[in-house]
Amino acid sequence: MSFATNLRCRECHREYPLAALNVCEYCFGPVEVTYDYDGIRKNVTRARIEAGPSSLWRYRDFLPCDAESAIDIGAGFTPLIRAKNLGKLLGLNNLYIKNDTTNPTWSFKDRVVAVAASRARELGYEKLACASTGNLANSVSAHAAAAGMEAVVFIPHDLELGKVLGSSIYGPTLVKVNGNYDAVNRLCAELAGNYNWAFVNVNVRPYYSEGSKTLGFEVAEQLGWQAPDHCVVPIASGSLFVKIRKGFQELAKAGLIEEKATRMSGAQATGCSPVATAWQEGSMNFRPQRPDTIAKSLAIGNPADGYYSLVQLKETGGSCGSVTDDEIVQGMKLLAETEGIFGETAGGVTIATLKQLAEQGRIGADEVTVAFITGAGFKTVEAVADSLNAPLEIDATVESFEAAYRALGPAVGVA
Amino acid sequence: MSVKRVKFTFPEDLIREPLIYNLGHAFRVITNVRMADVDEKTGWVLLELEGDHDEIERSLAWAQSKGVRIDPVQGDVVEG
Repeated sequence: MSFATNLRCRECHREYPLAALNVCEYCFGPVEVTYDYDGIRKNVTRARIEAGPSSLWRYRDFLPCDAESAIDIGAGFTPLIRAKNLGKLLGLNNLYIKNDTTNPTWSFKDRVVAVAASRARELGYEKLACASTGNLANSVSAHAAAAGMEAVVFIPHDLELGKVLGSSIYGPTLVKVNGNYDAVNRLCAELAGNYNWAFVNVNVRPYYSEGSKTLGFEVAEQLGWQAPDHCVVPIASGSLFVKIRKGFQELAKAGLIEEKATRMSGAQATGCSPVATAWQEGSMNFRPQRPDTIAKSLAIGNPADGYYSLVQLKETGGSCGSVTDDEIVQGMKLLAETEGIFGETAGGVTIATLKQLAEQGRIGADEVTVAFITGAGFKTVEAVADSLNAPLEIDATVESFEAAYRALGPAVGVA
Repeated sequence: MSVKRVKFTFPEDLIREPLIYNLGHAFRVITNVRMADVDEKTGWVLLELEGDHDEIERSLAWAQSKGVRIDPVQGDVVEG
C-alpha cells in the first residue's frame, strides 16, 4: 500500500485528492504529494527496505503508487562510488560519485518515469506522453513499452539521430515539431491541456518528481544510513535538486537516519544558467533564458522549480556555479580519466562545477561530498568527439606498432 | 470561450507599464492575476486569460511584441 494522502499546493497549502493535477486551481502554485509520516514511521524499518528489490521500488513506502502494480524495468539502486582519484586531484578527501548512468535507459529519468508511469496506469491512463530532447523521451518510450501503454513523444525537429533512435527502438509514436524552443514548449503545454493523456512532466508531474527522491534515499542507505555533508547536483528544472534533499528529510522524519544539515550546491551550464545567475546576483527572482549550451539535458530556460532551488541554496548554505561548454567537455574527460565513468554533458557540468567550487574553497576538504552523474556519455558523444586523441594507425607488423608507439613521446616505452 | 494560463515575465524597462490593463482594453480578453512577484528590476505574473481562442493568441502576440516573455505557468515542458 502507499502512504500518500493528498496533493498540496506549495504556496497556499490547499489540498487536493491524488489526481492528475500539477498546479493549484487557486494560485497556480505547484502541488506536491503529501504522506502519512506517522504511518511510515510505524511500518517502515531499515531491514524492510534492505530486504526489498534492487531497484527504486525498495523505497515503495515513500512513493505515491502501489509497488505491486508498479512498472519496474529495474530503475534505481545504482552504484555509489568512492572517488579517490578525482578526490585527490580536487583536494576532497571524502568524495563520492552517484553513478546514475547505469539505469535501464542510461539516465536518472528512469526514476521519475517509473513512478509517473505507474501512477498514470493506476489513474486509468492508456497513453504516456512527453516533450523531450533525449533522456526523458528514451525513458517514457521504454516504460510505456514494458507497461503495454501507448507512448506519444514530441521531439524538436533538429534532434540528433542517435537520440531519436534511443526512443524509436521502443516503438513510440514520435512527433518531430518544427519551430524554435519556445514554440515547441508552448505547443506541448497546450496539447497537454487538450488531450486526456498522461504527460509525465505536466499533468502527472507531482508523481513524476517524487521519483527523484529515491536518489536521496539510496545515497543515505549506501553511506551506511546517513545523509552526506554536501551534494553537488545538476540543475535543469530544479526538481531533482530539491527532491534529493526531500529524500534525506523524509528518511529523518521516518526515524531511519539522523537529521543532518546537508549543504546542497547546484551546477548549471553558463549557456542556460537562470538559477546560477540569480544566485550570484543575490536575487530570489530568476530571469528565464533561451538555452544555448551543449548540455542539452539541462537546457531548461524557465525552470519549474527555479525559485525553490534558490530557496534551498539559501536554506542549506550551498553554492551554485556555472561552467562554459569547454569546461563541460573537460569535466567529462576528467571524470572518465580519473574514475572510469563516462557521463554525458550534464555530468561534465557537475564535475566542472565541483572542481570550481572546490577551488573556491566552497567545499570542505573533509566533507562527505556526493556529486550526481545523471546520464551516460554515449548519449552525447558528439560533445567530446573532437577533443579526444585519435587512435594510432599502424600496419600489421611489430615494427609499425613500435614506431607509432615510440612517436607518442619519450615518456612512452615499449619495454 | 477558451481559457489559457500563462506566465508573463517583464524586463526592467516594462515594469512601470500598465501592460495587463492595456491588454484587457486592446483585446476582448478577461485577465485574472493569480500570483505575482514584481520588484524594481524584473517581475513575473501568473494569469488566466479568458476569451475567444484566436483573440487570446492575438493578445499574447501583442504582449510579446511589447517585450514580455510568455511561458506556460508550469515552467518549461520540454525536458532533457
